Amino acid sequence: MEKNDVTRPCGILLIGGSAGSLEVLFKLLPRLKPDLSFPIVLVLHRRSSSDSSLTDLLSSKTTNITREVDDKDPVTPGIIYLAPADYHLLLEQGHYFSLDYSEKVNFSRPSIDVTFESAADVYASSTVGILLSGANEDGTEGLIAIKKAGGRTIAQDPATAQMPFMPHHAITHSEVDHVFDLTQLAAFVNSLVGARSDR
Amino acid sequence: MIEEQEIDLLLNDLFDIYGYDFTSYSKASLKRRIIRLCSLDKFPSFAELRYRVRTDPTYLKRFVEEITVNVTEMFRDPSFYKSLREDILPVLGTKPFIRIWHAGCSTGEEVYSMAILLKEANLLRKSLLYATDLNPSVLEKVRKGIFPLTQMKQYSESYIASGGTHDFSSYYTANYGQAKFNSDLSEKIIISTHNLVSDSSFNEFDLILCRNVLIYFDKDLQDRVLKLFDASLGPLGYLALGTKETLKFSAVQNKFRQLNREKIWKKMM
Repeated sequence: MEKNDVTRPCGILLIGGSAGSLEVLFKLLPRLKPDLSFPIVLVLHRRSSSDSSLTDLLSSKTTNITREVDDKDPVTPGIIYLAPADYHLLLEQGHYFSLDYSEKVNFSRPSIDVTFESAADVYASSTVGILLSGANEDGTEGLIAIKKAGGRTIAQDPATAQMPFMPHHAITHSEVDHVFDLTQLAAFVNSLVGARSDR
Repeated sequence: MIEEQEIDLLLNDLFDIYGYDFTSYSKASLKRRIIRLCSLDKFPSFAELRYRVRTDPTYLKRFVEEITVNVTEMFRDPSFYKSLREDILPVLGTKPFIRIWHAGCSTGEEVYSMAILLKEANLLRKSLLYATDLNPSVLEKVRKGIFPLTQMKQYSESYIASGGTHDFSSYYTANYGQAKFNSDLSEKIIISTHNLVSDSSFNEFDLILCRNVLIYFDKDLQDRVLKLFDASLGPLGYLALGTKETLKFSAVQNKFRQLNREKIWKKMM
């Protein structure tokens, strides 16, 4: 029943990261194809004060449109979305975002688990989740939820991570489909094809 | 796992039995809160949670408290408060009397922040701050003006970042791990339950603050609430929303003009 990775559509690509993940994104984003056929959602642990400069910084690394999410923004393929500081980022059935200022999860807001679980609920088997470097347990439960919904899960190779704890925790506490270094990650993301049926 | 249909059933119960209408709340957040409550209160199944809510009015109180988000802080987004200080209060200060509405105020940290701003601008004595929420229990906390002492260090930093020049600790008395805010602040605060979903306009205000409340509503309900705010604002009144909320694309956007980079709009007509 597992369809070939190459033909399985990607409705949404989620990338979660904490300490040491920005460096990975700065190298990954420039390698991505322009005109992505699926949306990318970045959930990064960051200081709680909202600094929109992170969006500008990420935006400078890619030709794809990069923007910080506003409440109720529609989820559009080809756009790279950044979870705003100090809010949890949720996905709604109608394929739009909503924000939530409830209690921190894993000492984090935004929490990677919260967004991953919420996206798995909406995008089910077309969800793809990648967990990068970090020093926190956040993300593992989210990857488990994606897997349970039939989606695909990837952890950054801890040996290549500045902070190996987070991807390592995911690898040892869940069944991730792939453990990738930067080159493999880029190739994988570029091989993904958007899900047209949901439009 | 809880299905969408089950949540709809529960929401219908709440409306039919108690008159609480959560049907236009953002589903993703609501679902998370309900799953969280199920595990917090150890319900073996969703059906048992639903039964308890249907049959136990005292539990209903807890249910409403827990599925709504009551996380707030003092001087959150200091640049927003700086703009209130520098751009809004000088204009409001020209009025003989200032009415401010904190809609969905939760435990009241923003109301006390506002009271401090007014006091420092010498406007508190001619101001009234209306603090409303749908939860009676959080309003009890607003009335008391007691917040955890552990938060004060961060609040003090935010206060200073907002342009505050006084000693923040002069606004409260510390006791038993709690900070009780001075009564000259709380006596200008009028507390009342008000449900933005079902209750109507009750006064005319010069400034309405409703920050990080609309994010829990779907687009239609957001529109309805924004119309309620429009109807509750006097000419040239101000409306302040959360940093990720907007009037853009709403039914009332043409009647308002955004003031600056902060999420503050002025009613133009």
